[in-house]
Amino acid sequence: MNDPPDGGWSRGETFLQFVRRRGVSRREFLSFCGRMAACFGAAAALPPGSRALAREMAGKLSAARRPSVIYLQLQECTGCLESLLRSGSSPIDRLVLEQISLDYNELLMAPSGDAAEAVLREASDRPHLLLVNGSVPLGQNGAFCTIGGDSAENLLRRAARKANAIMAVGACAEYGCVQAASPNLTGAVGVAQVITDRPVVNISGCPPIAETITATLTYYLAYGHTPPLDGMGRPLFAYGQRIHDKCPRRASFDAGQFAERFDDENARRGYCLYRLGCKGPATFAPCATVEWNLGQSFPIKAGHPCLGCTERDFYDRMTPFYRRLPGFVVPGLGVEATANTVGVAAVAASVGGVLVHSAATVIAKKRAKKAQPETLPLAVLGDTEKPARDEDQKT
Amino acid sequence: MAKERIVIDPITRIEGHLRIELEADGGRIGNAWACATQFRGIERVLQGRDPRDAWAFAQRICGVCTGVHAIASVRTVEDAIKCKIPPCAELIRSLVSGMATLQDHVMHFYHLHALDWVDVMSALKADPAATSRLAASLSPWPNNSATWYREVQKRVADSAGGGLGIFAGGYWGHPAYRLPPEANLMALAHYLEALSWQREVIRLHTIFAGKNPHPNYLVGGMACSINLDNQIAINQVRLDEIAGMIDQARRFVLEVYYPDMLAIASFYPEYAAIGVSSPTLIATGESAYSCSGAPAGGVFPAGVLLDGNYGAAHPFEHKRIAEFISSAWYSQPEGDRQGLHPWQGRTEPHYTGPTPPFKELSDHPKYTWCKAPRYDGRAVQVGPNARILLALAQGHAETAQLAGEGLGKLKAGVEALNSTLGRTYCRALESVLLARRMDQWFAQLNDRIRSGDVATFNPELWEPANWPRQAQGMGFMEAARGTLSHWVEIENGRISRYQAVVPSTWNSSGRDPGGQMGPFEQALAGDGTHPLSDPKRPIEVLRTIHSFDPCESCAVHMVVPGGGGVEVKVQ
Repeated sequence: MNDPPDGGWSRGETFLQFVRRRGVSRREFLSFCGRMAACFGAAAALPPGSRALAREMAGKLSAARRPSVIYLQLQECTGCLESLLRSGSSPIDRLVLEQISLDYNELLMAPSGDAAEAVLREASDRPHLLLVNGSVPLGQNGAFCTIGGDSAENLLRRAARKANAIMAVGACAEYGCVQAASPNLTGAVGVAQVITDRPVVNISGCPPIAETITATLTYYLAYGHTPPLDGMGRPLFAYGQRIHDKCPRRASFDAGQFAERFDDENARRGYCLYRLGCKGPATFAPCATVEWNLGQSFPIKAGHPCLGCTERDFYDRMTPFYRRLPGFVVPGLGVEATANTVGVAAVAASVGGVLVHSAATVIAKKRAKKAQPETLPLAVLGDTEKPARDEDQKT
Repeated sequence: MAKERIVIDPITRIEGHLRIELEADGGRIGNAWACATQFRGIERVLQGRDPRDAWAFAQRICGVCTGVHAIASVRTVEDAIKCKIPPCAELIRSLVSGMATLQDHVMHFYHLHALDWVDVMSALKADPAATSRLAASLSPWPNNSATWYREVQKRVADSAGGGLGIFAGGYWGHPAYRLPPEANLMALAHYLEALSWQREVIRLHTIFAGKNPHPNYLVGGMACSINLDNQIAINQVRLDEIAGMIDQARRFVLEVYYPDMLAIASFYPEYAAIGVSSPTLIATGESAYSCSGAPAGGVFPAGVLLDGNYGAAHPFEHKRIAEFISSAWYSQPEGDRQGLHPWQGRTEPHYTGPTPPFKELSDHPKYTWCKAPRYDGRAVQVGPNARILLALAQGHAETAQLAGEGLGKLKAGVEALNSTLGRTYCRALESVLLARRMDQWFAQLNDRIRSGDVATFNPELWEPANWPRQAQGMGFMEAARGTLSHWVEIENGRISRYQAVVPSTWNSSGRDPGGQMGPFEQALAGDGTHPLSDPKRPIEVLRTIHSFDPCESCAVHMVVPGGGGVEVKVQ
């Protein structure tokens, strides 16, 4: 097996094979099962150290092949999970049949009601990976989103307690997305604002590209830890560069060739969409490299400006969507200098190398201030005040 | 036997969060309450925004019905500013909506509904050779070898050894499962094939609209330019790819989905009389139809079937819609008994239920976040069965021919379309019709391109300076789950009011002030005969609820508080 000796529990490997690879002897494993059996035996009012229970446990544990995943859907639209179903690099059938044991997910699981809740209770008590779609509405004691009669917040806290890693999938789980946009009637917040004592990986986007979600998961399965993150808690492999840097229309941006309106002659020539409001220069996302739906295309390639959906509070900060990004000099001569200046500012603002998680939490808390529509500065461009709104900034 | 209170929460394999509370007695359901347990308030977020941005907010109402809210939104704004879009943009929108619905219906059948009828564990006992013979007898679909079914069986069996995952806790072995092991294995194989199929065919969205879920739309047309001589525009490479996807979509619907539907239905004929719901149904046109302003009629005109008279379609008049809040957690100055037209509502979220965690919601008069829309005071079903029944009532020959064949095989009459099985059957039936439309729309698009008419956007009314100071509009869409309408008011270039009246709001509504149940509730408890043999394993309830294809994020919406005195526009 090619895994590094300290690698995580990988595909196709039984739990016994995994612990043996990690240097645990068979005897140690059985002894561990004996001790566990004693614990469970006590709880189940069986004689402590019951050999039968230890044997059964050893049998079950050594045969267990796939890491358990709990995938919660809280206050959301199911778009992120729909996106996951489109993954080409880890097709969903391979993921759920061979790579993970998807023990709880409301969209896909067979049972409902009591049987579903029982599965969730059992899975929460075992080590597992926790993936979360959706925000946590804190208003009205959680009555804006309940599952099984309990609030999203309580559900999340219980499922997080024994999670080996927590991944916030999509903009709702990251910070609340559209329902957290002004006026945020339900008090929607992201996972990292509820689970504050643990690292949370943010897989950004509304929704994120399928392969970004599945690769974050398989990275963890392969290496036993989450991938390196940027200052917003996002994996560098996906969010390390701006769309603008890899855009197929970039050459026309640099040459000062722009579509002036939708479907004009320049648009039909494939020119840059910056003047139609494209947020690609301020957006860190893998749209131009991984592309969407089996690498078919992505919004800018298909003619529509980027909405900036991987950037925090984009419904308040990137709107109106068809207004040109503030802070740019319209490129003409010297365009490279402008673009580079913007790029440097953006990288400085967002990519701090490997995440120090507390930093991300601090950022999240700063951002949690009351958002106003269309008035927040674009921090990614180094703005600190309201964006300029002079007349030539109109669409 | 005493009445038993039963709670099913979460209802899984749906979009959003739904809780069903029941009273049952002797294996029959006596009473039912449908509780939508999530609220987000997106329409309120839209207030004060640029109307051209609205589609991107409204679209996030739902990521399963992705696109339908965006289309309804751009249609609504285009109605308000009186913008006509070019023919190519119309055809591209139709193709995008059509593919969304086909993908949605197939995924609903296999991934959200099939496990109610198909026993996965029984499939592991099937004889792959016999399964191959069964499949070949039903359909020309070539992926039907014994080798293939053996591989599926082995994959699922191996997987089960390492944890059942999504299949854990299923009601396997429940006596309500009737399919022989071979039929179960065939359906399980198609469950997996449909997973691959859906991610392939949906690339039509990516080509025309940049991505899926949540493809991009545009007020005034579509953003994808057509230029046969350019690398990045819609050119022959892209058109060839689209042709392939439409082919692939049609073939799966005709050779897998529709035959599977008929085969599975034949084992559950009693469900053609179970789950009978509201006898009033509305549709504004065929599946994937959308329009700016009042529905003008596509393949067949908008209409209403009243009180179980499926032979007579009445004209649809939006003024007859009123929404009630007597069972929903909202307040309005007019009080709880007053129903309001969507353009007159001024309601606010007002939670009066128990603090979570709670045991019961239906012991309170208010028990859901879903309002109760009514048409002339009647609860209304919308969705595939409403569309098919309206098409039949209005003499649409193509629908009549296909429905006649299908109902003949199922040995059921037209009234059976209002049932658990009927709703599920109509979804497959309209997929066949829609697959044919895709071919027609794509041929028309190619004709347009050949004639040199490639415009996809009308720039005349893009700038708000060219809009009236005040405007109101409405847009309709026959979404996968039924009739959807969005309503907007614009003042000085900004949204002053925005509303959505959504298919699942009609279907999953609670009681109105007169005590009339919503369609989910009627389907479960309308006549006291709905079976529920084992409350711990409520498979019969899941069958009926899933037959509506619930979408609860869509169902719950609120009316934007605005100034009073809004006039309802006369159609």
